[in-house]
Amino acid sequence: MIINDRNIKIWSTIGARATLGIAALDLAKDIDNLMVLTCDVSTSAGLDRFRKTYPEKYLDLGIAEQNMIGVAAGLASENFNVITTTFAPFQTMRCCEQIKVNLGYMRQKICMVGIASGLALGTLGFTHCCIEDVGILRSIPGITIISPADSLETVKALEKAVKSDNPSYIRLTGTSNNPIVYKEDYNFEIGKSITLKEGKDITIFSSGSMVYQSLEAAKILGSKNISSTVVNMHTIKPIDKIAIDKACNSKLIVSIEEHNIIGGLGSAIAEYKSGLKNSPEQLFIGIKDTYSKGGSYKFLQEKHRLTPEKIVEDIFKKLKT
Amino acid sequence: MNASEKNQIENIKNFATNVRKNILDMAVCAGASSAHFGGALSITEIISTLFSHQMKIDRKDPKWEERDRFILSKGHACLAYYAALCEVGYISKEELKTFEKNDTNLLGHPVINRNLGIDFSNGSLGMGLSLGIGVAISSKKKKKDFNVYVIIGDGECNEGSVWEAAMAAPNYNLNNLYAIIDKNNFQQTGSNKEIMNVESLKDKWSSFGWHTVELDGHNIQELYNFFENSKQIQKPKALIANTVKGKGFSFSENNNDWHHSVLTKSFFEKALNELNKK
Repeated sequence: MIINDRNIKIWSTIGARATLGIAALDLAKDIDNLMVLTCDVSTSAGLDRFRKTYPEKYLDLGIAEQNMIGVAAGLASENFNVITTTFAPFQTMRCCEQIKVNLGYMRQKICMVGIASGLALGTLGFTHCCIEDVGILRSIPGITIISPADSLETVKALEKAVKSDNPSYIRLTGTSNNPIVYKEDYNFEIGKSITLKEGKDITIFSSGSMVYQSLEAAKILGSKNISSTVVNMHTIKPIDKIAIDKACNSKLIVSIEEHNIIGGLGSAIAEYKSGLKNSPEQLFIGIKDTYSKGGSYKFLQEKHRLTPEKIVEDIFKKLKT
Repeated sequence: MNASEKNQIENIKNFATNVRKNILDMAVCAGASSAHFGGALSITEIISTLFSHQMKIDRKDPKWEERDRFILSKGHACLAYYAALCEVGYISKEELKTFEKNDTNLLGHPVINRNLGIDFSNGSLGMGLSLGIGVAISSKKKKKDFNVYVIIGDGECNEGSVWEAAMAAPNYNLNNLYAIIDKNNFQQTGSNKEIMNVESLKDKWSSFGWHTVELDGHNIQELYNFFENSKQIQKPKALIANTVKGKGFSFSENNNDWHHSVLTKSFFEKALNELNKK
């Protein structure tokens, strides 16, 4: 895959899910046994070109996610390298038990990609938003969970996940005009977080769409004399324990996710941190275990206090207590 | 019927008798932990026809790449599966006795173990046919000619996911896929009619685009003929096998108390006597 300024800008403009289609096209060149399975969402997942270019590597199962996972597992059992994709709620919850049995219990190696996770589809309501996927999948043993920070990281995560031996879930957040976190190529390893900014007072862990928001929040905090470390915790499972150990030198750990605060990134950090002596308090920023009225992506990010300004307000409030 | 066919039918019958013996041995070993007795006995002739005759397997190599694949979607009927795997030499008589014991390879639902000839973990109903579709597509993509056989329960047909898969298979022209529906008319807590009516299964599968045949699932000649006659048909094949839950023993036939039950020593002796008299 050619990673240059131009492509990074294009991928950012089209957003993570259209980038998925481009990344899959590239992978199909080298991986003979690649198969991409969808449930009547080829356009939404940017797979129209893939469908036309590699019809023999593409299978549409219709609107039937349970069957998709089973068929994917059958193919995987015969050594096909399978990517499945549909909207995140249907990719993870509609076929949850199939994921448990086929990817978890039987360890069939499939890379699932949940598109438009989080609040991106807010105008369509919470049937189509997805704030539960990480929590649910984290409880199934053996599934790697990655939430890429931007479109470039989507490309890199997909390649690593497809080439890994483990079943995985890639959670795509954001919309088109996805903010750029990475302006140039970098080293991406599953399970190894990336510190984007060093600071001495607090440590912010975030993933997916919230990484860019965290960097913006850190700028505002900096202007108010709070120095923050910002860590892109792109892999939520397995969680990067070393990064959490290091963060224990901070006054406060903040987890920021476009997900329910129950079960997601914050919970994963807290589960590990609770076993450490002298660890700092943790502020959970995310959706506070509620469904709300819908609206635009921006409206919902404001409403659930996931914008840089609201994040800063909440961090200040916590630091004052 | 020519001599060779007669001989093959006789072999399948003997295989089925041995499968029933193995089922009894495992069920009595399971003791108080109980065993899914009835639904294993209803598929005994089906599984025996598959493993002793119809399926292409290598008795020396359970992982032979060219083998036909088998999926027991109604995983609770694994007593019959393990019994058949023992008869083809993949599981020893000694190992059969570990059924449902701590740390066994032979739990009450199959767990993937290719050394023993178990290609998939099953037990949660409604998932096997989807796997079968994936495997059948693989066979074609890899330009192999192995077939895929999936046994599904009639109660299992309550699960919506069965019908997602039933709808999908004809779309991919999977003439190498067989769905065998064990229509024993019972499910866990009562008859299909009492719990959830699954009548007209032949019409249902047929209307979904499958080549569908209904026959007596304990009649080995009929099973044999079905597989012989359907080889050239270019559609996925559904076999509605009319069976008797608990088939083979007077106390268990059509008696749903034997869905999941303890085979005591006295019932074991009684069953063995009945089997030896046949």
